[in-house]
Amino acid sequence: MKTLLDTKQLDITLQRLAHQLIENHTQFKDTVLIGIQPRGVWLSDRIAGLLKGITGQQSIPYGKLDITFYRDDVHQGNEIHVPSQTEIPFSIEDKNVILVDDVLHTGRTIRSAMDALIDYGRPKSVELLVLIDRRFSRELPIQPDYVGRTVDTIITQKVKVYWKEKDLKDEVVLID
Amino acid sequence: MSLSVKHLLGIKELQTEDIHTIFRTADNFKQVLQRQIKKVPALRDTTVANIFFENSTRTRISFELAQKRLSADVVNFSASGSSVSKGETLIDTVNNILAMKVDMVVMRHSASGAPWFLANHIDASIINAGDGINEHPTQALLDAFSMREKLGDLKGKRITIIGDIMHSRVALSNIYCLNKLGAEVMVAGPPTLIPKHIEGLGVKVEYDVKKALQWGEVANVLRIQLERQHKPLFSTLREYALYYGINKQMLDDLQKEMIIMHPGPINRGVELSSDAADSKQSIILDQVENGVAIRMAVIYLLSGKSELE
Repeated sequence: MKTLLDTKQLDITLQRLAHQLIENHTQFKDTVLIGIQPRGVWLSDRIAGLLKGITGQQSIPYGKLDITFYRDDVHQGNEIHVPSQTEIPFSIEDKNVILVDDVLHTGRTIRSAMDALIDYGRPKSVELLVLIDRRFSRELPIQPDYVGRTVDTIITQKVKVYWKEKDLKDEVVLID
Repeated sequence: MSLSVKHLLGIKELQTEDIHTIFRTADNFKQVLQRQIKKVPALRDTTVANIFFENSTRTRISFELAQKRLSADVVNFSASGSSVSKGETLIDTVNNILAMKVDMVVMRHSASGAPWFLANHIDASIINAGDGINEHPTQALLDAFSMREKLGDLKGKRITIIGDIMHSRVALSNIYCLNKLGAEVMVAGPPTLIPKHIEGLGVKVEYDVKKALQWGEVANVLRIQLERQHKPLFSTLREYALYYGINKQMLDDLQKEMIIMHPGPINRGVELSSDAADSKQSIILDQVENGVAIRMAVIYLLSGKSELE
């Protein structure tokens, strides 16, 4: 097991990601943040909190998207997935959407997320923010716009992200 | 975790956790149904046959819409005008439909137990859309889901089921479902329409409808099923309406907001007067709306189960 980001590094990385978002979306006038259920939401919660803190703006639209019904492997595993909640209490029509997920691996989750998103309206643009980019393991032509840390991994390895809200510690590790 | 069963034959076979899983999934689908695009691609690879040996409007449309909202392919079959009238057996009929690569069967049949019989003979997942006077599981699920929407957790809540308990598959499925969810259940109606020993299912029995209304928080009013009564069990519909029918005045006399439900079709002026059925307390149309979400959840959660075996 190898630590990719410890508590301090994770904090610095999140701060940087938040600042990069502000750099590109100064006032967040037409920009909305959408975390992908279930694990991307821990990250998007943090990012949304940081953005509020830094910009002093309380009204950055923030939603959560469940992609279960849009997966391309609905009937391939042994278990059918039980969905999490989707909460998008605003229109995404003509908005710049920032999709947020913790780990980008094959790109299939993001493909599903884009399909799910489009069923809620036609956004002006969609960007992708991830904490960990497992480069070279993509199965679809999908690349992130904002990256916390890029890592080279092989398929048998696992990246695990711990959040203090549920795991009592902030850490990202690579498990062999 | 998905469901513990391969088929939805009756509520009796479900675990309480299964019911909660169905509700959680239906919450999602209810949200999908409120979007502009009321459709998800989850079941693009699934074909469902709706096989109805008995009349139905609501249930059948509800199932078909649920399947279409999930992007499944749908074939409909009704006994009238089919080879059933030429003497084809149930298993032959279903096997012929399955031979055309159908993955799931939704069946309504007038014989109690027909879906269980079928489950022993075919591989596809079966959803019971009502069998004789036995069970109607998706109706009970959507009833409980609608109650949960109004009352929150049903544990300890008092639900009365009023009317023709004897011939009602909705009543039996409701009793199983509400018991599993921890609600208290009372059945009420004329003694001739309440089966003997029904207390054995863990329900209270009341023959005075006014008392039953006073006791409960929800009244699920059932239809008088004249088509299933082979000998008269009360003198006239007028007499039934007079003694056991529910009207707005009775609801107004209560010191509380009673929730009124009915699985449809309503015999207006018999078990439920028009002013009660159309009153603010009535959530009859919410039931219909929730029916699609519940059926989407059941179909989705059971899909893909046939490859497992």
